Amino acid sequence: MDHTDPVTTDLAGRRVDAAGETTAARVTDGTRLAGRARRRDRAREDGASAGRRNDLAGYLFISPWLVGFFLFGLIPMGISLFLAFTDYDILGDWSWIGLDNFERMFTRDIRFRSSVIATFRYVALSVPLRLLFALAIAMLLNTRRRGVYWYRAAYYIPSVLGASVAVAIMWRQLFGSQGVINAVTAMLGLPRTSWLGNPDTAIWTLVILALWQFGSPMLIFLAGLRQIPRELYEASEIDGASYWSQFLRITLPLLTPIIFFNLIMQTISGFKVFTQAFLITGGAPLDTTLFYSLYLYQRAFESFQMGYAAAVAWVLLAIIAVLTFFSFRLSSYWVFYETDVK
Amino acid sequence: MRASVNRSLLDGADQVLHRRRQRRSTARAVLYHVGVGLFGLLMLYPVMWLFASALKGPGEVWTNVTSLIPQAWRWENFSDGWRGFGGITFATFYKNSFIYAGGATLISVTASAFVAYGFARVRFRGKAFWFAVMMLTIMLPEQVLLIPQYIIFARLGWLNTFYPLLLPHMAGSVFFILLIVQFIRGIPRELDEAAVIDGANQFALFGRVILPQLTPALITAAIFSFYWTWEDFLQPLIYLTDPRMYTVSVALRSFADPGGVTNWGAVFAMLALSLVPVFVIFVFFQRYIVDGIATSGLK
Repeated sequence: MDHTDPVTTDLAGRRVDAAGETTAARVTDGTRLAGRARRRDRAREDGASAGRRNDLAGYLFISPWLVGFFLFGLIPMGISLFLAFTDYDILGDWSWIGLDNFERMFTRDIRFRSSVIATFRYVALSVPLRLLFALAIAMLLNTRRRGVYWYRAAYYIPSVLGASVAVAIMWRQLFGSQGVINAVTAMLGLPRTSWLGNPDTAIWTLVILALWQFGSPMLIFLAGLRQIPRELYEASEIDGASYWSQFLRITLPLLTPIIFFNLIMQTISGFKVFTQAFLITGGAPLDTTLFYSLYLYQRAFESFQMGYAAAVAWVLLAIIAVLTFFSFRLSSYWVFYETDVK
Repeated sequence: MRASVNRSLLDGADQVLHRRRQRRSTARAVLYHVGVGLFGLLMLYPVMWLFASALKGPGEVWTNVTSLIPQAWRWENFSDGWRGFGGITFATFYKNSFIYAGGATLISVTASAFVAYGFARVRFRGKAFWFAVMMLTIMLPEQVLLIPQYIIFARLGWLNTFYPLLLPHMAGSVFFILLIVQFIRGIPRELDEAAVIDGANQFALFGRVILPQLTPALITAAIFSFYWTWEDFLQPLIYLTDPRMYTVSVALRSFADPGGVTNWGAVFAMLALSLVPVFVIFVFFQRYIVDGIATSGLK
């Protein structure tokens, strides 16, 4: 598709931009954001006769999302916030217990602490490794050589399949006591290991699985790499720049908005991971892979402590919000937008 | 005279250089393809292993474990596995999965197209605000909504029905909405203007001018929607507890229970089979998938 390139430029900038605006709006005021967006709208629609305001049509068109947002988003969130201060279980009655749930979480619940540690470890290990891997492969595939199209497809396949139950179970068997990994280590003369049962290695099986699915950030990096003007490389080549200095001074700085975008999206999805931990390790051993969502699931749907689980869920939301907020704050120190220069 | 000697010398040197460079670039190309190709095969090994194991006999699965070529091709693994468990065959599970994935995709993509048009082309009060709210919801982990939604749907008596799985899709998906918004913004406004002069209102504009041009974006959205729901595990796990209502992903979990499996060949056969729809779509629509991620950062 020919339109891919301009849209991507637009997008990388605008997506990050739009999310940035919303954070800014949350922190300070919504009016600045609305004003900016309105000015942009007006600028875009100047001279277009179709740009007359039509509130009724507008709301009718967005009504599916708006209704869905209220019914399945805002109202449940309200209920969830209320539940967080109760001891509701799905079966019987409930009573208002104030901050008890939160107190229990932070002072008495050792498993909650394990789940926070496990989740942070997982995110801290898997996200940077996955992005590094994705960038390296994207650089490798960013050529005009023949066959690159097929390589790109092959490298993306694990990501298409990755979220499935089939792959999770396959992974469990690969790392199982009789699995391929042990067969290979046996061939190398190493002792068989219980990869899934050993508290030191279990989390790595999940990190490697995350690493294996580097396809989406890779494709986004590839699109970003194609945006970098060739003239920059040609000019620096005449100046005698080496491959490394080109990478450090051209590629990396121009790619920072995309790195940032990938970092945010991958971190958020890292915090949500459920299926793989549920099926591969089940949180074991010693709760070293008891990821947040897994613990939430156990509390809500295995011991039916809905009130407590709701409180746990709100803390997750708070963690993600705080992390995103600081990422945006810190981003001004390292993310480079071309508009900064102009 | 001198000049021409010089030139021919230069030409000669140039040719040597050129030939040397060419040789070096061929060597590099070979190195590139061997390296990238082998690494690609390594990446695909687990998938190929799964499909190979699907054809191995019950003993061979763990004795001939690393091999990608079964000693005897046991196609009956598929018919054995298809029988399922508890008297329910995989036909039921596939039917349920297709209802969920097909229904959710249809609802979600249709809704997303409408919403995207509203945000991309119609001017209305509060548009920027709602767009910002929508962007914020990306951050929202589904787990926060899971518990209250479960309580609501359970109270409505909708456990073991498809309503809890399908209804929330009527809001569309933020990712698809963004994808289609981007796409609509790429459509020239001249067409809109011509239609407006002809007296078209916003709805006619959407239906007759924009919608017919949206096909590539809608296909991309449909593929991802299908993938996400086909592979979805958490939602069916909590809402569908009756084995007759299981989707393939939930059924596979029970079918591959480490304590109860007697025929691993059949289990691998069913695992592999569940990936076939995903593969088929990937092979036929690869372009849309790659473009979709590149333009919208999907997933």
